Amino acid sequence: MFKASKENQKLLTSFEFEPGKVEKGYTDRRLYINLSENKIEEKPIDLQVKETFTGGRGYGIWYLWDAVSSKTKWNDPENEIIFCTGPICGVTQYSGTGKTHVVTLSPETETVNDNNVGGYLAPFLKFSGWDLLEIQGKAKEDVIIFIDGNKGKVIIEEVPGINSDTYLLIEKLTERYADDEKDRRNLSIVSSGRGAENTNLGILNVSWYDVRRRKVRIKQAGRGGTGSVFRDKKILAIVTKYAGVNASSNNAAYPELITRAGQRLTKEILGLDHVQNGMREIGTVNLLDHMQNYNCLPVHNFKFGSHPDAFKINAKIWHQRMTQNQAGDSCWVGCAMRCSHAVDGFELTTGPLKGKKVLVDGPEYETTAGFGGNCGCFDPDFILEANFYCDNYGMDTIGVSTTMAFLMECYENNIINKEITEGLELNFGNAKAALELIHQMAEGKGFGKVAGLGIRQIKKVLVEKYGADAKFLQDIGMECKGMEFSEYVTKESLAQQGGYGIANKGPQHDESWLIFMDQVNNQIPTFKDKAEALHYFPLFRTWFSIVGLCKLPWNDIEPEDNKQKYHGIEAARVPEHVENYCWLFEGVTGKHLTSEGLILQSERVHNLQRLFNLRMGFGTREHDAVPYRAVGPVTAEEYESRKELYDQQLREVIKFDIEGKTTEEKMEALRDYREEQYQKLCDAVYKRRGWDANGVPTLGKIKELKIDFPEIVELVKKYQS
Amino acid sequence: MIKVNGRDMEWEENLTVELLLKKCKYTFPLIMVKINGKFIPKEKYKDVLIMDNDDVQVIHSIAGG
Repeated sequence: MFKASKENQKLLTSFEFEPGKVEKGYTDRRLYINLSENKIEEKPIDLQVKETFTGGRGYGIWYLWDAVSSKTKWNDPENEIIFCTGPICGVTQYSGTGKTHVVTLSPETETVNDNNVGGYLAPFLKFSGWDLLEIQGKAKEDVIIFIDGNKGKVIIEEVPGINSDTYLLIEKLTERYADDEKDRRNLSIVSSGRGAENTNLGILNVSWYDVRRRKVRIKQAGRGGTGSVFRDKKILAIVTKYAGVNASSNNAAYPELITRAGQRLTKEILGLDHVQNGMREIGTVNLLDHMQNYNCLPVHNFKFGSHPDAFKINAKIWHQRMTQNQAGDSCWVGCAMRCSHAVDGFELTTGPLKGKKVLVDGPEYETTAGFGGNCGCFDPDFILEANFYCDNYGMDTIGVSTTMAFLMECYENNIINKEITEGLELNFGNAKAALELIHQMAEGKGFGKVAGLGIRQIKKVLVEKYGADAKFLQDIGMECKGMEFSEYVTKESLAQQGGYGIANKGPQHDESWLIFMDQVNNQIPTFKDKAEALHYFPLFRTWFSIVGLCKLPWNDIEPEDNKQKYHGIEAARVPEHVENYCWLFEGVTGKHLTSEGLILQSERVHNLQRLFNLRMGFGTREHDAVPYRAVGPVTAEEYESRKELYDQQLREVIKFDIEGKTTEEKMEALRDYREEQYQKLCDAVYKRRGWDANGVPTLGKIKELKIDFPEIVELVKKYQS
Repeated sequence: MIKVNGRDMEWEENLTVELLLKKCKYTFPLIMVKINGKFIPKEKYKDVLIMDNDDVQVIHSIAGG
């Protein structure tokens, strides 16, 4: 691959730096690269930024704010793609500390976007000497950025004409940059693929080397089209090399606190995981059975919450398919959760690698629910092939499957037809057509060109070019803020509707996941309760991204007596794990942190992100609106499927006399009520968060948070009534 | 009538915890049950009877997302 095109390869620039000195979890410097100017620089992290925004995504959002203006578009050279670490990132004595957080302007939402991803990148970056990698500008031809953290060197090399698809590329890059087999574990590669070039749904794959399997493994920064920004900048790959990770790499202030927290958590994981969520056996796909049983599994573009064929893709199936007891399934050193499972030796039946036996990383719950339930293809082989090719092409499995489910519903409603799809019969359940569409999207050919736009832009095309009913498309097109919904049916959980709708970056469950607490346990029945949950949990989850952590070890494992010692929302907070996090923060940084202080750190970053949205022309109430499919039944078919439930709500809650009423009349009454409930929820959440009725943080709130910088005050004043 | 997670549900004679979970389709393995605030251990689900007007809490310990 590289040898063949050697004559075209050219060293563009190089930069030497003092190898990293990490002090109490921080390096206090950032690596700035401008690809338009072939410039590489060391820049400091300002003390005020450190004290205000703590690290990780907090730094990323602030420096992106600095780099762009309200007019900047995602594909303008001044847009940056920022890879963030965080003070706790890279700790090897506690599970889930290897996450990279990536910040950029999104092609889907046209505003700030964040993603978290496993793999070894962030720890390697930090131990090389950088809290942040900030990339601006655009290269003329494809480039590889190579950061050698031990030698203290950065090289940018022009490498035109190389296929950008991840699967083969990362194998070749590993061969190219590792000195020998043992050295492969010291590499982490960021790559994407042609799907990121040709769609708005591009992802980043971040790697680590699985020593046991002798394979390069990947995790994905999936949402909002971050990979499309990466390829638009003509970055073929970023290769980071660092040898020498150990328990002291962070130069922690009080290592004994880290050890105490780590031992407590590891004991729980090893002793309880097999009777709790089975993360070590099947990872997040354990959720599939529960979503099906409790009517939250998205089926046929979120119309239904369960399906009789769901057993074909249930947890037991994945347990059989995923190779068990693999130490390499930890996506960072020392993680006992070990949930990055894979299916080995899967033979592809379509596409450019047809006939090849490959390792498929995953599938995760969302991929399985999206391609299986939402597209109605309850076939594990199809899910694995779709998963593999989306990763290989650099496309988001959630964005692609939700978009595909939308198109399938359009097809079944004759909004699009075979003429428009150029021969694809996009009925629910047609796995062959679905795979063909994935390949077309990646190539930017045929109907794939339209599908790759994502739901918000597809709706415009269907209305303007084919005269589709805009209102119906708005109701069934499962996107908010331009981003496709992740894979949960929210109709019966008002709190989760808000969790998706009010989330800063768009409807992704990583800001809050309240379905069971709300819909099943009924622990947050009032607006005040829901608002409190939608205040606390998004802020708590934000914290992981500012210090460099994974969310899963927080509540995918619990102390055995958690639910007996604590009650209601308090139990859902998992207080002993919150205590672990306070120990970890103090242990690494030396700064004492309380559970309230933790929330304050997050609140500054969360509000900054909301204000960023505002600056880009969004961030107000109208942009928190969700499609009605997320709230209630859009079609008579949906209503009839849960008639008993809806009739009961009309009779008992809404006090609507259903006698002699048609399904359409009942649907209308239900819709009026549910849409009003959603607005009332927004009122309550905005109030709890210290935002005005339009969803804008008040001057009082930004002063309280000490983020009342002149530019922010000026921005907020524009929105004051 | 009984309350299950704060919602009304018809009561019937000989309603055990196990039967209630079945009727509600509560299949999740990590469930904690309280009747009128009193914790019921899992091994007693088969035997413990729910009486009319009881307030039953069935808390699912599921993390998700």
